[in-house]
Amino acid sequence: MASVSLVKEIKRGVITENPILILALGLCPSLAVSTSVKNGLGMGLAATFVLAFSNVIISIIKGWIPDKVRIPCFIVVIATFVSILQLLIKAYVPLLDEQLGIFIPLIVVNCIILGRAEAFASKNNPMRSLVDGFVMGLGFTVSLLILSCIREFLGSNKLWDLLVVPNFKPMTAMILAPGGFFAIAFVMGVVNWVRGWKKKEVKKA
Amino acid sequence: MNTEASKAQAGAPGGGAAADATKAVRAFDPPFLHLSTPPHIRSSLTVSKVMLAVIAAMTPALAASVVFFGVEAALFPILVCIAAAVATECVANLILRKRQSIGDLSAIVTGILVAFNLPPALPLWMAALGSVFAIAVAKMVFGGLGGNFINPALAGRAFLVASYPAPMTSYPPTLYGSVNGLAIKAAAPDTLSDAVSSATSTSVSTPAVADSLTSAIGAAADSLADTAALAAGKLAAAASSVADTVSAAAASATSAIDAVSSATPLYVIKHVFAANAYRPGDFSPALKDLFFGNVGGCIGETSALALLIGGIFLISIRAIDFRIPFAYIFTVFTLFWLANGTGAFFTVESLIAPTFHILAGGLFLGAFFMATDPVTSPITPMGRLLFGIGCGALTFTIRKYGGYPEGVSFSILLMNLVAPLIDRCTRPKIYGEVKKHG
Repeated sequence: MASVSLVKEIKRGVITENPILILALGLCPSLAVSTSVKNGLGMGLAATFVLAFSNVIISIIKGWIPDKVRIPCFIVVIATFVSILQLLIKAYVPLLDEQLGIFIPLIVVNCIILGRAEAFASKNNPMRSLVDGFVMGLGFTVSLLILSCIREFLGSNKLWDLLVVPNFKPMTAMILAPGGFFAIAFVMGVVNWVRGWKKKEVKKA
Repeated sequence: MNTEASKAQAGAPGGGAAADATKAVRAFDPPFLHLSTPPHIRSSLTVSKVMLAVIAAMTPALAASVVFFGVEAALFPILVCIAAAVATECVANLILRKRQSIGDLSAIVTGILVAFNLPPALPLWMAALGSVFAIAVAKMVFGGLGGNFINPALAGRAFLVASYPAPMTSYPPTLYGSVNGLAIKAAAPDTLSDAVSSATSTSVSTPAVADSLTSAIGAAADSLADTAALAAGKLAAAASSVADTVSAAAASATSAIDAVSSATPLYVIKHVFAANAYRPGDFSPALKDLFFGNVGGCIGETSALALLIGGIFLISIRAIDFRIPFAYIFTVFTLFWLANGTGAFFTVESLIAPTFHILAGGLFLGAFFMATDPVTSPITPMGRLLFGIGCGALTFTIRKYGGYPEGVSFSILLMNLVAPLIDRCTRPKIYGEVKKHG
């Protein structure tokens, strides 16, 4: 029973309520760091870490937070975990810290994390909030991986820093800011196209 | 189109009463009175006719490009761009399940304009990519002709410039040996040679630097730059054919470069101004070459005369409004006249720098063929003037203070974005409207 619901939750986080591609949250970091697969994965895991832990803590303390000041309280909790994360990354993966730069501290204001805190963790028990944080983080990571694969391949002809197609001249625009918009728009377009196609099937049946 | 729209209106759901009313009117419709919804007088000018006129207007420039750059460097990219544009529009229509629209010829116009904005002898797949991007991303995604908010051809160019900066800024000389449109022999070696050699060496070393990143020849770039500068310096004094010797020197220095580029006229004048070495006499002999087209640059922008012929043709048949090109060119001319570098304003010499600037680069191409795109420019007369002035001011700013020597394409793209706002601000007053008291 528990395993079935976990699969369902993962499906919800990655597919039906994918934070970037369906809910269109957290576009800012995904535009900025999806230039290479390494950065995308690093950012995804970092956000997942903060998301899961801040969801648990907020869910635990939700009874004591006055309604009027809940957003600042959420931010304090999230900022705590971001600081922990930043120190950890600086200590153990300094290269990632150099690559992501300002975008690690900016996880504090990531809409996905604040959004889940407000929409989910402040209304559910700690266990469910942990699962929610985890699957939403997973959805974020998966979307970042899709975007960064497209952008790193088209923009620098590499995947995980390895050359893919010899003699292919990469389009530098794809790893610049416009490329981020093109990639997100394109993937979102495909997702919506598939969804529309599924809806039609449901109607027919 | 209009008949379809009116049919759709009449047959729209919820318009049952209206349809009944139409029927009632029809019943009393005497055979000599034709009743229909407005507009009642329709022009015979269709989209495909206008596009055909634009293609006709571009033929002089097309011919000039073939004359000055040759069939392989100019005509092939144009044909490839047209083919790619039409094919992309056809495929996009099939995917989006829309009515096939390649018959309106707008894809051909876009294809030609994309090619006109590319340097000659660009790899053909790059030209095709620009065309595909222009049609697929800048036009069809937004709903096809009439739905695009920026000029597709310029969007294609901007994408290529951002993606492949080195090939997109290496301009081969014309077939008649003009390196940069400047008669260098007129220049005193001590002043202009510095500027020209720095210009030439920079543009030669750019592909070399790009290559050295991959083949890891760091020292080659430096030695190449030195050799090229030396060669160019010598030649500025000797001044017969800079292109030959620079290419020879470059080829002997390293085999890492595959194309020798020449500085464009705008590049030279920008750096001469920056070095405070501008003297009008050095530039006046170049004006003739700029006017007739014997200068390096993009495929379509080479001959100001050919573009002028096409532009005047379009204005005379009223396919485009004279306001945009006039305001655009006039603004650029005036601003460069105010900053003409001689310190005087009412001498013949003060007119040389502004004349140089309106003839060089893509100004005529942009002003007549791209800023006037009916989809992405304002529709009110006042708005069109403002649009042209804005394009001119931006072009001046980029050419004078920006990082690029040329700013026409970016100026038009930026003004495309504010075109709807200009239309809103210049909306004409409805006849009989009461003044608001306020």
